[in-house]
Amino acid sequence: MYPINVTITKVIKETPSTRTFVFDRHFDEAIAGQFVMVWIRGVDEIPMGLTNKNSITVQKVGDATEKIFELEEGDTLGIRGPFGKGFTLPGKDERILLIAGGVGTVPIAHLAEYASSAGICMSTILGARNADELLFVDHFTSCGELHITTDDGSAHRCGFVTDILAETDIKAYDRIYTCGPEMMMKAIFGMLEKEDALEKTEFSLHRYFKCGIGVCGACCMDKQGLRVCKDGPVFNGSQLIDSEFGNYMRGPSGNKKQF
Amino acid sequence: MIDITGIEFKNPTILAAGIMGTTGASLVRVAKEGAGAVVTKSIGPEPKEGHKNPSMIDLGGYGFLNAMGLPNPSYPDFRDELAIAKKDAGTPVIASIFGGTEEEFVAVAQGLLESEPDAFELNVSCPHALGYGASVGSNPDAVETITKAVKDAVDIPVWVKLTPNVTDIVSIGEAAQRGGADAVVAINTVKGMAIDINSGYPILGNRFGGLSGHAVKPVAIKCVYDLYTALDIPVIGVGGVYTWEDAIEMMMAGASAIQIGSAVYEGLEVFSSVATGIENFVSEKGYSDVTEIIGIAHERI
Repeated sequence: MYPINVTITKVIKETPSTRTFVFDRHFDEAIAGQFVMVWIRGVDEIPMGLTNKNSITVQKVGDATEKIFELEEGDTLGIRGPFGKGFTLPGKDERILLIAGGVGTVPIAHLAEYASSAGICMSTILGARNADELLFVDHFTSCGELHITTDDGSAHRCGFVTDILAETDIKAYDRIYTCGPEMMMKAIFGMLEKEDALEKTEFSLHRYFKCGIGVCGACCMDKQGLRVCKDGPVFNGSQLIDSEFGNYMRGPSGNKKQF
Repeated sequence: MIDITGIEFKNPTILAAGIMGTTGASLVRVAKEGAGAVVTKSIGPEPKEGHKNPSMIDLGGYGFLNAMGLPNPSYPDFRDELAIAKKDAGTPVIASIFGGTEEEFVAVAQGLLESEPDAFELNVSCPHALGYGASVGSNPDAVETITKAVKDAVDIPVWVKLTPNVTDIVSIGEAAQRGGADAVVAINTVKGMAIDINSGYPILGNRFGGLSGHAVKPVAIKCVYDLYTALDIPVIGVGGVYTWEDAIEMMMAGASAIQIGSAVYEGLEVFSSVATGIENFVSEKGYSDVTEIIGIAHERI
C-alpha cells in the first residue's frame, strides 16, 4: 500500500506537549490499539496510535514529531495502516479497568470511546506529570470510577497510577488494559503478576519500528522473538513473562538500550 | 537431509538475510517454524542505524520495495545474538556480513567466528547502501578479492550473495567462484522506486530501494538458471518464493536450496508449508530424492 494522502482539517492543542491532528480520512476498520505509520514527507515515518478513526495525537519528542507540530489545517500527511494487533474488545457484560499514563492515554482513550458506545462499564486510572498534561479526561466517564493522579500533585491525587492500583480490587474486573511509559507498565505488570491477573491484562508496547509490517524484525522482543509491529503492539500479559519488557529495548541499529 | 557446502539441512528452505534476523530470539523463532536454516541480518564493522523511514512498503500484491540501509549493531554487539541462535535454533545458522573493503569483511568474519556460525554469506549485493553491497558486488575483481580474503581468513563455508543489478550476473558469479566461494546465492533485490503522486516525494526515505516478492521471481529464476549453467559450485535461489511450487520451479532452474524473505509477510508458517509441499511433490512424482529435481530444466531442450 502506498501511503494514503490525508489533509489535516483541524489541529487541537490538548496539552502543552500534545496536539491532536484531525484529518479528512476515516480509518473505520481500525481497532483501538492498532497503529498507523505516519509519513512526514521529507523527514521520516513514525508509528502513531489512532486517537479515533480520523485523528492522531502527537507528543513532541523528536525531529519527526517536531515537524508534525509545524503542520496546520490544510497541510497533508501520508498514512499507511492500520497495522498490528489491537486490544481484545470487551464483551457487553464485562467489567473493564483502564490504566493510562502520559501520552499512552491515546490508545486507551480510543478503547474507552468504543466501550462507551457499546455501553460497557469501565473504571479508569489516569496519570500524568501534572494537571496541564492530563489527556482526554472526558473520554473516561462511564458507569465506573475515574481516578486521576499527577506526579506533582497539581491535580487530584499526588502520586502514580500504581498507588491507585494497589487499592483496587483486581478481582472485580474481567479485563484490564494499560498503556504508558514502560516503567509504569512494568510496575503494573509486577503487581498484576502477584495477583495472578496477567491473563486478563493487555499491555500496549512501544518499540523502534522500521518496516512496520512484520518483515524486517527490527522490533523483535526477547525471548520469544515477538514482533511488536505485527504480533503486537498489544500483548496479553502472559506473553510478556520472562521477556525483555521493562528491562531494555533495541534502537535503530539493533543495539540494546536499558530502561 | 540435504547437504550444501558440507552443511546438513533438514529441508531446503532457508530464511533470507535481512528478515527477522537482528536478534538471536527471532532467528530461533523462525527456525522453530520449520526453516531448514536461517541467515542473520547483514552485520558490518560499525553500528549503523540505516536509512530514515519509510524503509519498506507493500506494493499491493506484486511485491515490496525496501531501503533499510543495512541497520545493524556491529559485529562485537552481534556475537551474543549469534550465539543464542546457534544454541537454540536447532538448524544451521549462516552469518550474513558486509564491509566496504576486504579488510572490513575479514574483520567482521573473524569477529563473529567465536560464535560459531555454520557459514558466512557475503553481502556484496545490497542495492541501496553507498559504499557497500552492490557498490562492491558489481565489480568482479572486488568480488573475487573479497571472497578470497574471507576464505583465507576462515575455515567455514563462504557463500556469496549476488546482485541482479549488473549487466551479467554470471561474470560476478564466476568471480566469486574464482575467489573460492563454496556457493553463490542469487538474487538480492532489484533496484526500484516509488513516488507519491500527491506530493511528488519519492516514498522511501532513501528515495530508491530494492524490489522483492512476487515480481522478481522470473528475474531470479533466469539468474539461477544462468549461474547453474556456468558454475561448478551450488546455487542457492532467492527471490519471490512464496509457495512450494515457486520453490520447485527455482530448484528446477538449478537451485540446491531456496531462501524465503518477503513471503514472511504472509506468515511464518511459510517455511513448513513450502518444505512439506516440496517433500510431497518429490514423492508423488516418484523422484527418489529432492536433489534429482535440481537443474532438471536444463535437460529439457
